[in-house]
Amino acid sequence: MRRARPWLYLLPAAAVLVPLFGYPVYMLGLLSVFDYRQAQVSGGQPTTFVGAGNYADVLGDPRFWQVLLQTVGFAAALVVATLAVGAALAVLLTRVSPIPRAALSLAALGAWAAPAMTGSTVWMFLFDADLGLVNQTLGIEGFNWFYDKWVTFGVVGATVVWHSFPLVMLTLYAGIQAIPGSVLEAASLDGASAWHAFWRVMVPMLRPLITIVVIQSIIWDFKIFTQIYVMTNGGGIAGQNSVLNVYAYQTAFGSSEYGLGSAIGVIMTLILLVITLFYIRALYRTGERL
Amino acid sequence: MRHVANTVALVVAFLTAFPLYWMVVSALKPAGEIQSLDVKPWTLNPTLEHFTRVITGEGFGRYFVNSAIVALSVVVLSALVAFLAAVAVTRFHFRFRTTVLIMFLIAQMVPVEALTIPLFFVVRDLGLLNTLGSLVLVHLAFSLPFAIWMMRGFVAAVPEALEEAAMIDGAGRATILWRVLFPLVAPGLVATSVFSFITAWNDFIFARTFIISAKDSQTLPAALLVFFKPDENDWGGIMAASTLMTIPVLIFFVGVQRKLVSGLGGAIKD
Repeated sequence: MRRARPWLYLLPAAAVLVPLFGYPVYMLGLLSVFDYRQAQVSGGQPTTFVGAGNYADVLGDPRFWQVLLQTVGFAAALVVATLAVGAALAVLLTRVSPIPRAALSLAALGAWAAPAMTGSTVWMFLFDADLGLVNQTLGIEGFNWFYDKWVTFGVVGATVVWHSFPLVMLTLYAGIQAIPGSVLEAASLDGASAWHAFWRVMVPMLRPLITIVVIQSIIWDFKIFTQIYVMTNGGGIAGQNSVLNVYAYQTAFGSSEYGLGSAIGVIMTLILLVITLFYIRALYRTGERL
Repeated sequence: MRHVANTVALVVAFLTAFPLYWMVVSALKPAGEIQSLDVKPWTLNPTLEHFTRVITGEGFGRYFVNSAIVALSVVVLSALVAFLAAVAVTRFHFRFRTTVLIMFLIAQMVPVEALTIPLFFVVRDLGLLNTLGSLVLVHLAFSLPFAIWMMRGFVAAVPEALEEAAMIDGAGRATILWRVLFPLVAPGLVATSVFSFITAWNDFIFARTFIISAKDSQTLPAALLVFFKPDENDWGGIMAASTLMTIPVLIFFVGVQRKLVSGLGGAIKD
């Protein structure tokens, strides 16, 4: 009985996760090796096994490599921006009076809480060509922020960073608070400037926490979907702003190429799996006992 | 020096809060002021016209209730299931325990958007397309790994001596579990629930994929797309609907912020 009890407690979780998480993951892999399109879905044609055929198609398509490249580039830019903003503001929070600190924390909580969907709609409205506040303030009415590929990525990126810097800021702020005051005092007595104190004292002490925040941000930003899908109307003009997640979705549901879309999904999952392995290693390094 | 820091902090706070302010103030502006090419950052004639139009005319009252049903069902079910699983992995030592934990961790990184493809067929075969039940089920599955991971820290923080004392006093397994441990981890459950609530409430992609023809089962985020028209966006309506969608999450977040940050710190450090 003693041996069975933990499994008994895990049973409800397994009853949900096996059919609704495990099985779909298995099925994603299965679909990716079949020719599965609209005709097969409706039963008009038999499903045929194509082995690595879908993968060969995906990897042989220059479009896939372009989307992969811009997904990596976009995610990298987002991670750097989120971390720079989050870390700078976390340090700032330690140096301000209680009222500005409360104001900034509360505003950040608001941005963090806002659903990706409403964040997208508000930023689209702010950057609307004719009625947007930004264009009217800058006096450039009619300028379309969602036309040029890189300008579009810039606006969408700003929206994503607005959503994601609060978590980094609040986590690192909590981490800095946990550093004994005497350590920072000693540094300043030794004549370290704020800049030096940050890079030479805080960063090394917070390294485990920073590693985890970085990897979580990478995973998060690599999976961006809603902002791109909503703000660029499904991937931008001719799909120029597509990222892997949107590309897989559009291939499956837009073009009814379910097998091909699944293959892209599998490739993406494998990339994320590698990143997660680094994450687990980082967790172990912090002295975590699983 | 402190003055400069304070000023910078206030300016950043203003910029961060501004999009939310803009959403609410635009939702309250009369249509004429939104269409005006001379935009003002405030309004002297606030009106609820966009809200009434959105709620009664466009059926957002219904979508709001649908979203709430889905999110609250997920919260309650996920809290119970995650609590039991967290007890299993913290209070017992059994074979494959580490394997189970690593699987919960790996499950958190799976790009759930890619799983829409197989899940669409699973849901279709179960005959659940166009039902709110389909959304409850998938969000329950996707919120569990993180919820269990987070609850683990809260369960571990309760000293085992408390349970041992209760056992010496003659309490049974079930009593210890639900009368002793459960109330003690309640704050953790609240923090965890916020995350489950938010993933379910904010979901856009599954609602868009599973609810294809039944307007009555639509939830807020997917319904918002109704307002995007190729030629002229109804910004007043979009902002009112966005406000309706954001307010419950804001209240939730601000209400539990302290537990949230400490719980999250726990989840990250653990």
